[in-house]
Amino acid sequence: MINLLILPIIIPFVAAVILIFFKKDIVVQRWISIIAAAGGLAVSIILIRTVYNEGIQTVNLGSWEAPFGITLVSDMLSALLVTATSLITLCCILFSFRSIGKERESSFYYPVVQFLVVGVNGAFTTGDIFNMFVFFEVMLMSSYVLLVIGGTKIQLRESIKYILVNITSSALFVIAVAYLYSIVGTLNMAHISQRIAEVDQPAILTVLAVLFLIVFGLKGAIFPLFFWLPGAYYAPPAPIMALFGALLTKVGVYSILRTYTLFFYHDTGFTHELLTILSLITVVLGSIAAIAYKDMKKIVIYNIIIAIGVITYGIGAMNADALTGSVFYLIHDMLIKAVLFLLVGLIVFITGSTDYTKFSGLIKHYPLLGWSFFISVLALAGIPPLSGFVGKILIVSGGFSKGDLVGALIILMSSLFVLYSLMRVFINGFWGDPSGSMKKPELKIGSMLFPIIILVISSISYGVFSEWMNMYITQAVEVLIDPTVYIDAVLGNAQAP
Amino acid sequence: MEIFMSVLIGFLFASAVYLMLSKSLLRIIIGTGLLSHGAHLMLLTMAGLKKGTVPLLGEQAKAYTDPIPQALILTAIVISFGVTAFFLVLAYRAYQELGTDNIDEMRGTE
Repeated sequence: MINLLILPIIIPFVAAVILIFFKKDIVVQRWISIIAAAGGLAVSIILIRTVYNEGIQTVNLGSWEAPFGITLVSDMLSALLVTATSLITLCCILFSFRSIGKERESSFYYPVVQFLVVGVNGAFTTGDIFNMFVFFEVMLMSSYVLLVIGGTKIQLRESIKYILVNITSSALFVIAVAYLYSIVGTLNMAHISQRIAEVDQPAILTVLAVLFLIVFGLKGAIFPLFFWLPGAYYAPPAPIMALFGALLTKVGVYSILRTYTLFFYHDTGFTHELLTILSLITVVLGSIAAIAYKDMKKIVIYNIIIAIGVITYGIGAMNADALTGSVFYLIHDMLIKAVLFLLVGLIVFITGSTDYTKFSGLIKHYPLLGWSFFISVLALAGIPPLSGFVGKILIVSGGFSKGDLVGALIILMSSLFVLYSLMRVFINGFWGDPSGSMKKPELKIGSMLFPIIILVISSISYGVFSEWMNMYITQAVEVLIDPTVYIDAVLGNAQAP
Repeated sequence: MEIFMSVLIGFLFASAVYLMLSKSLLRIIIGTGLLSHGAHLMLLTMAGLKKGTVPLLGEQAKAYTDPIPQALILTAIVISFGVTAFFLVLAYRAYQELGTDNIDEMRGTE
């Protein structure tokens, strides 16, 4: 079916519009959100199969020929990311039922979550640079509302900073699009790539590549543009934090990946070297900050920044190994960051404290929670059978084969810091004297643990069956290495004017 | 003509940056307004200010101005309008709740 790739965008959109009419009826809202999220997941899995069997899927909206209308393109990379998004949304919505509270639920929480998914899926799927800007805004506007919903003091304060940073980066995005349009005269991404290949990236396009790096780096939080993230992600409640940590920054990383492999791959000496250096500094600073705090939320937030650095290092290395590693690690990181934020949310729900020195012996009372936390920390650090391993080893081997000894070693070392930063939480909070935390029989955490278990299981199987995942990811990387595949799929074999 | 527009846009950006670095929240919001104004003029300028009629086919002219940037600007204007409206209401709520409009007093994570 040719319109298949629109469905991950249109299903949450329709659901969101319907949800607006059921403001007060929370049960109906929950059911519609769950059905929409599950439907989105099912459709995106079908989409993966279709892309795998039939190659890149494109839809020209309104039947306008490729460079003139808006084209939606779903290659394997975006299909995989859309699937990960749908799975994470489903689990976060399940987690929200118990944790988000009636007041937020009855003030348009569920519709805004669906609009966030519209923005994220749209940004992953679009084939038009200005359309990507619009989907970014859909995503950001929903994230403003999600950040401030509930209206506590810390949320109000952090929203102001978050909005200010994002308005600036959106204005920069418009400026970057204006420059790009004045140089190549087109907005379709495949057509832009074709025209840049014709002029072979003169200096102005290198400037533009750096401008795009600044724009997407602000969204994706790389050094020196991550200053807004720790405060902003600290403010909202756990399920919203999980959605942000898993999806928002990854859209920025995806955009860097897309532009740096599709547009600016001709003169990689300056741009990709810059990206490599910035990502290494990101990793180092993230590692320092992750071990500096005793606050679980802060630790996980700085782990996002480390992971962003690791992924962009793989993009900067720009060889087959490193790019495969980046794609592996990107999807793993989306899953595992959602797990960690939900786990932290659950621990705070039980103990009432984000400081891990304030409680101990949780594993005595909540063994399942403890072991999920343990497994997800090991997966995050990249212990072999689990999901973080394959991505990181490919990135490191890509770094070595490029001859960047120092960089690859920094990536390896960062794993130790990641492991240390969260294992501290496990040792102090879960081991030790069980009297440091109370078993509260009135707290039934089963329904909140359930979505976490789903995500942990999918993360484990992502690691264990990575050979099976590899056939999909190889196909995703083919497009990244050879942009002509993408261009041919969008523009057809007919030469565009 | 493009040169004049570039200087003007540069001036708008400079004022926007200056205002956004100040302490009062309202001045910051005025700065974002100027910033988006500059970005929109930039879109118009970068697509070329060649002479031509308005893009209406009824005009029957030989040359038209480029219609694409106008559509892009229209989209960007409504988006920034929505965001600015949200930001203004947020600033109002923040003023009510926090009792200050000084960005220096909005620190900390507690």
